[in-house]
Amino acid sequence: MRLSKTELILLGVAVLLAAGGVIAPQWLVFLLTMALAKAMVVQGVVMQMRAGLVTFGQGLFFCVGGYAVGMSGHFLNISDLVVLLLIGVGAAVLLAMVLGLLMTRYREIFFAMLSLAFSMILYGVLVKSSALGSTDGFNVKAWTLFGWTPAAGQAPLALFIIIVACSGLLAVLLHRYSRSSAGMMCEAIRENEVRVEYLGQSPRWVLYMNYVAAAAVSALGGGFMALSAGHIDPEMAYWITSGEFVFIALLGGTAHVAAPFIAAILFAVVRTYAIELVPHSWQMILGFTLLAIIVFLPKGLWSLFTGQARRAKA
Amino acid sequence: MTCILETQGLCKSFGAVTAAKDVNVRIHKGEVVGVIGSNGAGKTTFINMVTGYLKPSSGEILFNGQSIIGHTPRAITRSGMARSFQVAQLFPQLSVLDNLLIAVSAAQSPFPSLLAPMRNASRIAQADAILAEFDISRWRDTQVTAVPQGVRKLIDIAMALIGDPQMLLLDEPTSGVSAEEKTALMDTVMRVVAQHQVTVLFVEHDMDVVRRYVSRILAFYSGEVLADGAPEEVLANARVQEFVTGGPNAHTRAAQ
Amino acid sequence: MSLFAVLIDGTIYASWLFLVAAGLTVIYGVMRILNMAHGSFYAIGAYTAASLVGWYFNNGIGPVWVGYLMMLGCALVAGLIVGLIIERGLLRFMYGRDEVLMVIITYALLLILEDTMKMIWGVNPYFAYQPYAEMGRSALAGLKVSNYDLMLVGVSAVLGLGLWLWLERTNQGKVLRAVIHDREVAMAMGVNVRRMFTLVFVLGTMLGTLAGALTAPAISVVPGIGVEIIVLAFAVVVIGGMGSIEGAAVGALLVGLSRAAAVHYAPEFELFVIYGVMALVLAVRPQGLFGRVLARKI
Repeated sequence: MRLSKTELILLGVAVLLAAGGVIAPQWLVFLLTMALAKAMVVQGVVMQMRAGLVTFGQGLFFCVGGYAVGMSGHFLNISDLVVLLLIGVGAAVLLAMVLGLLMTRYREIFFAMLSLAFSMILYGVLVKSSALGSTDGFNVKAWTLFGWTPAAGQAPLALFIIIVACSGLLAVLLHRYSRSSAGMMCEAIRENEVRVEYLGQSPRWVLYMNYVAAAAVSALGGGFMALSAGHIDPEMAYWITSGEFVFIALLGGTAHVAAPFIAAILFAVVRTYAIELVPHSWQMILGFTLLAIIVFLPKGLWSLFTGQARRAKA
Repeated sequence: MTCILETQGLCKSFGAVTAAKDVNVRIHKGEVVGVIGSNGAGKTTFINMVTGYLKPSSGEILFNGQSIIGHTPRAITRSGMARSFQVAQLFPQLSVLDNLLIAVSAAQSPFPSLLAPMRNASRIAQADAILAEFDISRWRDTQVTAVPQGVRKLIDIAMALIGDPQMLLLDEPTSGVSAEEKTALMDTVMRVVAQHQVTVLFVEHDMDVVRRYVSRILAFYSGEVLADGAPEEVLANARVQEFVTGGPNAHTRAAQ
Repeated sequence: MSLFAVLIDGTIYASWLFLVAAGLTVIYGVMRILNMAHGSFYAIGAYTAASLVGWYFNNGIGPVWVGYLMMLGCALVAGLIVGLIIERGLLRFMYGRDEVLMVIITYALLLILEDTMKMIWGVNPYFAYQPYAEMGRSALAGLKVSNYDLMLVGVSAVLGLGLWLWLERTNQGKVLRAVIHDREVAMAMGVNVRRMFTLVFVLGTMLGTLAGALTAPAISVVPGIGVEIIVLAFAVVVIGGMGSIEGAAVGALLVGLSRAAAVHYAPEFELFVIYGVMALVLAVRPQGLFGRVLARKI
């Protein structure tokens, strides 16, 4: 499996980032870990957007991934990171395989609203579930890796290096997916679904695979978030959380697999300062930024780098 | 001659509007059939029904002897019947080459690969080959939105041909193209089509274009088949002249 | 006995939902904009009413009925102003763009308005309980029901009927329905669609603020009530069919009664029920109960 130039660069950046984490201050490492976890969820949103679908409910899989990790630790006493994440992804895949049968029948606004509905259903169930801590959620137990238990001070850096490694691999995989027949077919469906049917391909099947894959990727982010923050709550499935993922997706644009990572980090950094300086205006800033992106940069921040911004307006 | 497509008593109504009334048609392998009729006569509805986009209200459609009623456009395409569209249905944001590659990929397998790249050497070779046949190779890397109308129609038809269909339905292949370009466009299309040995049925308004290529004409009016036969007899048919071609001298005007 | 309680609770909740959903569905029906900021209009109406009514009653300025009128009047004015600013200042430059993009734009508006309200009214709760308390209670088949709630049912029924009659029976309404059916054809026939859009959007906004003002006396007005309500209103509108007043009414009743049943018999399912009904309806009839399927053209 030869790696292309882009893929080598992605992996190279990942290595640099991991190395940087060793010398960076702990608050930065923590922030970046959470940003990368969110970025994974956003990758799921971007996968849908490439197929022409905007989901207001990706928080569903984010939440499933997180809660699966938390619950496995709490009720099944599983602490191995790899196993936990696999459980999280597995749970999301199973759910997506069921929901996908319904979701792939819809497009545009109905898809958006239905995805919102399912995410809110989970939110409603979790809020009312006292066994799972209701609105407070519950804490996630410390993780181990193949028997190794990190010391209290080591854990954040160790997790950071792990998530950077996973992000790098994920980036390479998603890069390949976007160029694969399935990935390109998603774009074709976005462009002209009827034509895809007339070429002998089933749009529903392609969208179904895409939906399930996106769920898996987002759940991975949810799992990492749970491990990193050490806490999970129903807010993960709230529609405002999903809206944030859509925002970051739009911020970065769908053109390149690195965009959601960069956008998520940018978002995390800006948010940290904004919440400190202007806590009651943060949402307003988000709103204006979103409007600005839609009006001036329809292809997201990435278009600034590739000159597509000019071409998009032409 | 084997019958490749047959419709029996095909009917379609949209509420109070009858778009097709008792359409009985038999197309044989290798024929080049022209479909004429004024706007709203039911030509596109006929194509939509035959390709599975619309479900007929009643009647039967047989492709190679098998009923295809209720089959999806996807299934019908895979069984060997492809079509092009009145307004070229392409993938606007992608390049011409990508458009064709998607068609190649779709034709190869109903289950696209999740990791193997779409743009591989063999698919590119196939796409390049058909681009060369249609003589539009210079547009290969251009985004479809920047491609002129005539070329778009050719791409539309190329995408339909890539799957190696037995039968090709062209819905107004020269519509949207200027009068001077019509003949050149159709010449290209029919030349390539002949090389692929496909049965062709095309809808067309320009009688000169029709007479140039067809061995048979189907004239539609108000959802019914008015006449069906060799060009000379159909075009000389009084009812066809009244409802379709618009007068005895209309179709010879361009020749003068 | 419990069944009757469910019926009453459900109907009261439904009338409240209908008031909020009516504006949302009208805006979508005409302009094809699913306005996420509608919740913020509701909140603006609630805040306006609560702050003014609070000031009015706390200072014992005048007769009670004037207080009511003022409350509603101010909410309507607030709706008018906000609606005009948003439609003329932002939305009219965005018409014709993708429906989902419009949702995202209105989502951005929601974010902006939420913080704007915090700036104007702060984060502490407002209480305008006086109208609610003043009206007292009645006994309805052994149950104590607040008269204010009953009035709400009446108002929403009148409003619903009024809207429906306006759309179905008046000329303006007919023109509006023509625009709903086919914007381009209506334009070609000389309808001033632009002016119609402004009119409809402002009407929708005012319905939203009115709903907020009417609800304010029954709740504590805090930041976030707009966000809470919008997801419920969405469910109602989607269930009933976007763009349909009858649909909003039926959807509201369905959601209201289901929720009341859940609250009485199985409280854990309260939030679940609303979205469960929406998912169910969408699965069976994606365009909603009274929605129209738009034909695909190739």
